[in-house]
Amino acid sequence: MDRDRSDPVLNANDEWAIEEALQIAERTPDTEIVALCMGPDEAGSTVRKALSYGLDGAIQITDPALSGSDAAATARVLAAALAGQEFDLILMGNQSSDARTMLVPAMLAAHLGLPALTFARHLEIDGDVVTAHRETPAGYQVVRATAPVVVSVVEAINEPRYPTFKGIMAAKKKTIDVRDLAAIDVPATQVGLDGSATAVVDIAPRPPKDAGRIVADDGSGEVGAKAFADWLVEQKIL
Amino acid sequence: MTTLVVVEHDAGTLGKVSGQILTAARGLADDVHAVAWGPGAADVADQVGAFGGSTVHVFDDPVVTAYATRPQAAVVAAALDASGAETLLYPADPFITDVVATVAVAREAGVITDAVDLASDDAGGPVATKAIFGGDMISRCRVKPGRLACIGVKANAFAGEAAGGGPAEVDVLDVAVDDAARAMEVVEVVEQSSGDRPEMTEASIIAAGGRGLGDAEGFRLIERLADALGGAVGASRAATDAGWYPHQHQIGQTGKTVAPQLYIGSGISGAIQHRAGMQTSQLIAAINTDGDAPIFSIADFGVVGDLHKVIPALIDEIEQRTS
Ligand SMILES: Cc1cc2nc3c(=O)[nH]c(=O)nc-3n(C[C@H](O)[C@H](O)[C@H](O)COP(=O)(O)OP(=O)(O)OC[C@H]3O[C@@H](n4cnc5c(N)ncnc54)[C@H](O)[C@@H]3O)c2cc1C
Ligand SMILES: Cc1cc2nc3c(=O)[nH]c(=O)nc-3n(C[C@H](O)[C@H](O)[C@H](O)COP(=O)(O)OP(=O)(O)OC[C@H]3O[C@@H](n4cnc5c(N)ncnc54)[C@H](O)[C@@H]3O)c2cc1C
Repeated sequence: MDRDRSDPVLNANDEWAIEEALQIAERTPDTEIVALCMGPDEAGSTVRKALSYGLDGAIQITDPALSGSDAAATARVLAAALAGQEFDLILMGNQSSDARTMLVPAMLAAHLGLPALTFARHLEIDGDVVTAHRETPAGYQVVRATAPVVVSVVEAINEPRYPTFKGIMAAKKKTIDVRDLAAIDVPATQVGLDGSATAVVDIAPRPPKDAGRIVADDGSGEVGAKAFADWLVEQKIL
Repeated sequence: MTTLVVVEHDAGTLGKVSGQILTAARGLADDVHAVAWGPGAADVADQVGAFGGSTVHVFDDPVVTAYATRPQAAVVAAALDASGAETLLYPADPFITDVVATVAVAREAGVITDAVDLASDDAGGPVATKAIFGGDMISRCRVKPGRLACIGVKANAFAGEAAGGGPAEVDVLDVAVDDAARAMEVVEVVEQSSGDRPEMTEASIIAAGGRGLGDAEGFRLIERLADALGGAVGASRAATDAGWYPHQHQIGQTGKTVAPQLYIGSGISGAIQHRAGMQTSQLIAAINTDGDAPIFSIADFGVVGDLHKVIPALIDEIEQRTS
């Protein structure tokens, strides 16, 4: 699949995760924030964007064999990259903006044997007890677990800040810890197209739709409403 | 071939989407099983049978609602063992996706999300169709042969059709929920009333509003339109950011993807990030004062006009024609 059609950008939902990490660090002295990204070389610019918010460091897992990994393979790699690292909180977006599978956070948690407080729209940390409000269609569910935990966040959680000029300049000087598969001890057979459990059969553009019927209202609302209701009847909605 | 379906229920009443997915499962497998948990789980047996399921595996211990994700994953794993299913279908809903993701890691299974169509393929499991890149492209994908295939099915992708079967056999699962599975405690469940309206991701009709509503009060109009059609209320990010409507109703790239039979966007321009969440709706209608608004380029039907005039008149028309 051609995923090279656009420049890699920082996933929108991950900006909320970064913002939440920054806010936690502001409240909790001695917090260290490290970005972790699995992606091709070009994703380096994305990692630097993340660093420009003022993060302390970054790890990028990159290897030609990773190309085409599915969500399960991605989670396997991220888990392997975290082995031996110390952390209390893994913050993620609830979904990526391209594939939007929403699988990676829970899969990563399953690999690490940690609770997954996903779809959080509010997060509280009290000592090592983490409480999240998980968004449901009808409201939210309050869940509680003890760190270390995996958290994924939804857009409602905060308002992300912009990186400062100082942050952008500092990010340019920071070194990214780049590792290949060998460094994290993952066999190439477990990643990429061959190592993924799913496979794409084919991809095609969506068939074009017929042009719709557009009606101009006369300002009273009546003309538009009548045509609309006629159309609803025609479509057997009414 | 056996397919296992994760079914949702409200104290024993099967959700509409579950009936749709059981119907889809019949097209794939000669034997369809279901799994349900929580209080009243066994009460779904009649309804599962009516949709053609032979067996429902249940676990109604309250531990599955007192702790999140891992206990439910243990139930699904036990049902997979009991049924011997090669395919697991589930509603493409966030919390169930978490449960399935957890099971998939343990089983080295493949997960395909947001399927809108399923075809059986003798060469090795079902082929799922999904809309990708905001609905611009259609992809068909599969899980590799020999692996458990977990496929999330979108609401309203299939019409639920009863098969007229008798009650499904109830198999009460014996699931050990260990301490590790109790790591995430559910402290409280807070419902914020959306009245009697259907959930947005399940509804077959959605009336959505955007910045063109002018203020939060504008959403009362959208709610009245939704109620006249028995639909749900959706919103653009401009509207949720302004605090006019709760965030969980946001449709789009950073909100929810919906695929109802009919989506009506009023006072919404149709920015690409909004379209990424709704352009796979079967029918799209729009009301906008600007005839050049991008939403008209994907609309099946549109009115160029002021929503404050058109919607009240439309509600009257609907009421007249349905009374
Ligand atoms: C159009 C399309 C459809 C796809 N469909 C499927 C499918 O049905 N099943 C499947 O198994 N795979 C699928 N994939 C592959 C899958 O997207 C990739 O494996 C990807 O690396 C995982 O990301 P996601 O989009 O699924 O993440 P999501 O689970 O949606 O992302 C949630 C969060 O996980 C974190 N995250 C995700 N990827 C990374 C990463 N590489 N590095 C660091 N953090 C990360 C981020 O914080 C992100 O916000 C698809 C890919 C595309 C392009
Ligand atoms: C990373 C990122 C993610 C995003 N994610 C989302 C997302 O998930 N969902 C989303 O919706 N947006 C999202 N956006 C925002 C998106 O780009 C648009 O800004 C947003 O969708 C605009 O909302 P709107 O159509 O309500 O407002 P506008 O674009 O301001 O459109 C208002 C429309 O109302 C019409 N109008 C005004 N008055 C009337 C009237 N009286 N009667 C009828 N029509 C009237 C106007 O002609 C106009 O077309 C995202 C943006 C970014 C950068």
